Amino acid sequence: MVYGGSGPTPQWGRSLCSEVLFEVSAQLTVMAQTLIDANWVDYGILILYFGFVLGIGLLARRHISDSVDFFLSGRSLPAWVTGLAFISANLGAVEIMGMSASGAEFGLPTVHYFWVGAIPAMLFLGVVMMPFYYGSKVRSVPEFMLRRFGPGAHLVNSISFALAQLLIAGVNLYLLGTIVQALLGWSLWVALLVAAAIVLSYITLGGLSAAIYNEVLQFFVIVAALLPLTLIGLHRVGGWGGLTDRITEAADSGAGPPAEQQLNSWPGQALSGFDSPILSVIGIVFGLGFVLSFGYWTTNFVEVQRAMASDSMSAARRTPIIGAFPKMFIPFITIIPGMIAAVLVAEIADLKAGGTPSGVATGSAVTYNDALLYLMRDLLPNGLLGLAITGLLAAFMAGMAANISAFNTVFSYDLWQDYVVKDRDDGYYLRVGRLATVLATAVAIGTATFAASFSNIMSYLQTLFGFFNAPLFATFILGMFWKRMTPTAGWMGLVAGTASAVLVAFLSEDAFGSLSLGVVPIAGQGAAFLAASTAFVVDILLSIVVSLVTRPKPAEELRGLVYSETPREMRTDPDEASAPWFRRTVPLAGLALAMVIVLNALF
Amino acid sequence: MSDTTRSTGKKTAGAFDVRTIIGSLLGLYGVILLLTGLLGDPETDKTGGINANLWAGLVLLLVSVGFLVWWKLRPIVMADTDDHSEIGAPPGH
Repeated sequence: MVYGGSGPTPQWGRSLCSEVLFEVSAQLTVMAQTLIDANWVDYGILILYFGFVLGIGLLARRHISDSVDFFLSGRSLPAWVTGLAFISANLGAVEIMGMSASGAEFGLPTVHYFWVGAIPAMLFLGVVMMPFYYGSKVRSVPEFMLRRFGPGAHLVNSISFALAQLLIAGVNLYLLGTIVQALLGWSLWVALLVAAAIVLSYITLGGLSAAIYNEVLQFFVIVAALLPLTLIGLHRVGGWGGLTDRITEAADSGAGPPAEQQLNSWPGQALSGFDSPILSVIGIVFGLGFVLSFGYWTTNFVEVQRAMASDSMSAARRTPIIGAFPKMFIPFITIIPGMIAAVLVAEIADLKAGGTPSGVATGSAVTYNDALLYLMRDLLPNGLLGLAITGLLAAFMAGMAANISAFNTVFSYDLWQDYVVKDRDDGYYLRVGRLATVLATAVAIGTATFAASFSNIMSYLQTLFGFFNAPLFATFILGMFWKRMTPTAGWMGLVAGTASAVLVAFLSEDAFGSLSLGVVPIAGQGAAFLAASTAFVVDILLSIVVSLVTRPKPAEELRGLVYSETPREMRTDPDEASAPWFRRTVPLAGLALAMVIVLNALF
Repeated sequence: MSDTTRSTGKKTAGAFDVRTIIGSLLGLYGVILLLTGLLGDPETDKTGGINANLWAGLVLLLVSVGFLVWWKLRPIVMADTDDHSEIGAPPGH
């Protein structure tokens, strides 16, 4: 999944996609065999969830009377709701399973995807960047591009974003289908159509409110599914001490990286792919922590849209910061189950010791991606099993819904209204938004079936779209703080930055699989770090050079968009000064930062 | 557009409260798991001797009650005056 879909995550989608091909062909010869035995209680729990999801769509429909209600929830939601939706939109099943896979394979260093690769960028978004997004009253991140840099940068940003959302929604749907097939034995088509129909119904009915409410609900269902799994797992291995003993024992006999690397988050060589501990720390801090994660978290409209739906500037700024608190504890219910699976589940332990076990989960060969599914099979009684399946499906559907609700906003406002049919009444664009949702779902189903046959092309496309993210942060941050930056520099920086990332990926060993030339001796996550960093540097340098020789926008047009031209009242919430500290942006962000530093020191 | 929406405070998309939805779904799950724990096979070979359904059900019920109590005590956060007038939403938000 690289980092286009759900933040900087391990490369999960690719390996999964190619394996499913084997699975599909295997199923033609062998009768469908399921990983678990779901009974009627499990099905009841799942059906109850579907009922609630659709009910939310119906309830939300009563409160939609214009396009702002549909696309931005009428800017009416409190910060704790948008904060939970903010992390839920990113907490897809791809991330949950990918993180437990990485936990099984590498151990604790996986926490960097959260503590380094997410929290600092989320806090930065809330403290520094959100005042411009929310204060300028733009309705989408691309619209900010339009106001700051004009149509060139706007078109690059909105088209690449819209296409990427369709692609990611399709891949999400496809993976959901394969997992439902493995767990419950439904055919891929049935799973695909049922999930698409449910997502389509509640978004067309309830718009962003339905998507956000479902994301909040999904968050609690996922915690209710993963927390018992983690606790039962810890009980079975004899607590944290028992887990470390068994990982040490397995590592000493050759399973995975050395035990001290698996049980300490720093310096994380196995994760970063660098042998030198110093290079590894630099790679993680700058590559993952700065370039990759800031590019994703601070400019991705799927995330920022959740904050834009909140009821005040203060709530918008606190959205990612409130989200940071649960986010920093999610590793404990995703990565630790992965580590437990690596010592408790026979198949995963065998894989880690160098074996090639076969199974029936997401492919005929067992991979780390299956760690969580196997752990569910081994630990959960019927009942909790149903809750766990529901949590995974909820995560898939919410991930897809987040992509589609961001797509329909950008499509309706940024593409249709700005370039195709202008100046129509609001009801017209509301109808366009609903139609765009239907269209997006149809395209996602098409993409999902395409993915079933051409999984390699899909994973390269995902890598490619990920590169559009890399230079965005550079353009945004320079544009927000340097009023001299010109419209020409805006689009040229983006295009050149993206192109340079693609070039690095082609020159690397494996970023585009066999298409990569191997001129630059770097592979895996290291290649992703390098491509994104190159894009960032190229974007900044080129933007500065181009700005110095082209004409800037007049200062009065930059009000609300650039720091020096924005009066303090527009950037801050007047009510916030009198609020208690836990309702103020900066003290809350300081607390989150302190907690994450303590967590880094402890593990 | 958005300004009129905010100043009247009447028609917000958030009038149905997400806390009641979360509270009722988790509560129903709590009841189901509790009954499964009491009546069904606890499958203690998988869980290492704990009746996991029973305990998870109890915790879910507790969380559910927490959400419903929160909703009862602080019902107003973003009120739709048409729907919530009976539970004391201040007029005009």
